[in-house]
Amino acid sequence: MKRALKILALAAALLAPLGAQAVEPGEKLADPTQEARARAIATELRCLVCQNQSIDDSDAPLAKDLRMLLREQIRKGASDKEARDYIVARYGDFVLLRPPFKPETLLLWGAPLIALAGGALALWAAYRRRRVAAAPAALSAAERAKLRALGVEEGEG
Amino acid sequence: MIVETGHFALILAFALALAQAVIPFAGARLGDGALMRVARPTALMQFLLVALAYGALTYAHVVSDFSLVNVIENSHSSKPLIYKISGVWGNHEGSMLLWVLVLSLCGALIALFSSAMPAKLRADTLSVQGLLGAAFLLFILLTSNPFARVSPAPWQGRDLNPILQDPGLAIHPPLLYLGYVGFSIVFSFAAAALIGGRIDAAWARFARPWTLFAWISLTLGIAMGSYWAYYTLGWGGFWFWDPVENASLMPWIAGTALLHSAAVMEKREALKVWTIFLSILAFSLSLLGTFLVRSGVLTSVHAFASDPERGVFILAILVFFIGGALALFALRAGALPVGGLFAPISREGALVLNNLLLTTCCATVVIGTLYPLALEAITGEKISVGAPFFNTVLIPIALPLALLMPIGQMLAWKRGDLSAALARLRAAFIIGVAALAAFGALQGAPYLSVAAAAVAVYLVVGSLSDLAQRANARAAGPRAALARLLGLPLSVFGTAFAHAGMGLTLLGLAATGWGVENITTMRVGDYADVGPYKIVLEEMAARPGPNYSESYAVMAVRSNGQTVARIEPAKRFYPARKTARTEAGIVTLGLGQVYAALGEGHDDGSIDARIYYKPLVTLIWIGALVMALGGAFSLADRRLRIGVARRAAAPALPQAAE
Repeated sequence: MKRALKILALAAALLAPLGAQAVEPGEKLADPTQEARARAIATELRCLVCQNQSIDDSDAPLAKDLRMLLREQIRKGASDKEARDYIVARYGDFVLLRPPFKPETLLLWGAPLIALAGGALALWAAYRRRRVAAAPAALSAAERAKLRALGVEEGEG
Repeated sequence: MIVETGHFALILAFALALAQAVIPFAGARLGDGALMRVARPTALMQFLLVALAYGALTYAHVVSDFSLVNVIENSHSSKPLIYKISGVWGNHEGSMLLWVLVLSLCGALIALFSSAMPAKLRADTLSVQGLLGAAFLLFILLTSNPFARVSPAPWQGRDLNPILQDPGLAIHPPLLYLGYVGFSIVFSFAAAALIGGRIDAAWARFARPWTLFAWISLTLGIAMGSYWAYYTLGWGGFWFWDPVENASLMPWIAGTALLHSAAVMEKREALKVWTIFLSILAFSLSLLGTFLVRSGVLTSVHAFASDPERGVFILAILVFFIGGALALFALRAGALPVGGLFAPISREGALVLNNLLLTTCCATVVIGTLYPLALEAITGEKISVGAPFFNTVLIPIALPLALLMPIGQMLAWKRGDLSAALARLRAAFIIGVAALAAFGALQGAPYLSVAAAAVAVYLVVGSLSDLAQRANARAAGPRAALARLLGLPLSVFGTAFAHAGMGLTLLGLAATGWGVENITTMRVGDYADVGPYKIVLEEMAARPGPNYSESYAVMAVRSNGQTVARIEPAKRFYPARKTARTEAGIVTLGLGQVYAALGEGHDDGSIDARIYYKPLVTLIWIGALVMALGGAFSLADRRLRIGVARRAAAPALPQAAE
């Protein structure tokens, strides 16, 4: 499960619009692997003074400061998590474009599952109700007598 | 004088809208035909009056009448004419006026093209539409008057935000509003049906063309907006999961679900309650979107209004209409008779599954958009819900949905045969697997792109398989096959094209994972490699524009030593607002694009440049066009038109069922 989530996260990051309005040539780290890691993390961090832009996309000065801060950590050998935590420790969860799992965000992350399960349950209930409603009504005593008179056993035909 | 006439027309329109809301409604309750017939002229006149008001505002913008606050704040005498015209809706007041113009247009369209409808249903529909119009006209008159004057008038205006000075602004909002507000028609239909208490297949047949009309406009509007963002924002992003974008996506998803459930209702009289609910939902989400964008509750790139008074007013409108419609729904829905029966494995069953998945997507987008607002309001804690969240939760729903789409298309109504449907998709599966192998070998990571691209190819082939098989089944030779193909109902083409378009868009989205970028500093004569191309910076120069000055670069795009294209990325400076914007240099090569944007210039004559190669990227928008074309095919379907005409010839038919 954890691995699947990781793959999804990676995939989502890669599928997201390739951002780089703002990354300037001079900012790039010398090591291309480190630079790629920094870019991946930057697409998930919010530029706090802009609305809905990652620091990777934004050309605001604050976004540049954050990018420098992030690259500084990566260059010093911090892991992805350490580098991200370093920024979050200073700017709070608001900086994360992917909200962290915690009690307050349970409903948010659970929303698709709840909607899907709730919908499926409602469908199942409706389907059963309809089948009951549509099932042929049992024969009345008079109808049974009529059938017997015609020489047909119940359940036949 | 012209401006005051416009203002007065708007007040008259409000009064007429009230009359349109009350009189036909009373007529329908009293069974008075004369009162009901008031609906038509009031709806038409309301539209003409709002159009007059709109024309007056446009006139003020075109002649640069700087005694109007709205013109001062959003125009400049040297602005090109097209932006003087489109700038009318490039601000809060004008954009609300356009909203109401489209709303009254919808009312006028119902009035003109609904002569086949039962008189009561028609009167109630126009009455609800009139009430909507009255609410929004009052909103404009009380909180967002575009005709406010100022004295003394300044010599010059403050110009329109340069980002909005783009042909995109001329097309995107009108299309988007036609879609967004177009759903008001279906909303009014649903409310009227609930008031009247009678909902049948004929209702679905009246409502479906309007749903299609709104859906097509919204599809094109969203696609247009996304391409606009792509080429203006300077780094090729086309969708940001911004709340303002989500505001248009939510009604689109609900509208897509509605199209599908309305098809079931029309064909089989099933899913009636659900279809009515979706009809209410689609426009309710449009209203929610309008609230989010216009109230200033979220400040984002798109929101140019922030005034709590407006927010509260729109919120009141929203609560009244959504609450009212849902209350009506709760009161009446239980009494609706259960419709046709169907087995789980059937076209209906597939469409129910489609609705389940689409509704889940829709709920996710709604919750993701509102969650940060709600959490902050309740606990004061601020969180961000951005692209990584939406991609993570929606991709696992969207890909299975794409897998199921062609299967549903192959199932028969009432009771379907799953294995036969799968057998008919054999070619699509084989080609999909081949695509998986090919993309995996040629492009490689990211693997999600490979998987999504393979699903996309399968979806395109699978969607068109139905057409191919219907044409070819036991046909002797290509001529007979062509004759069969042309003989198919247009709605079959509609489904096939709309689904294939979705596949093309998905392929374009998947391919963004294979994009290549090169961020570098260049001098004239330098080159940069990006994907299969070599970009040579040939020249840098400056030139004046009508209301800006521009510094631009000429770059040659070379492939195998041959120059295949030249692009001219630029940076523009608008002195009126002292702001700059980048103008990307883009060239389409095959289905992909080379995209270049200029960054900072340096003292030594070099310049920062961001150059991208985006393979298959145009498919994102081509797919949307194909989807809209599919919608247009369905709209033009003979059976839909005959259905309406027949009713016109024999109006006794629907009434007999009463």
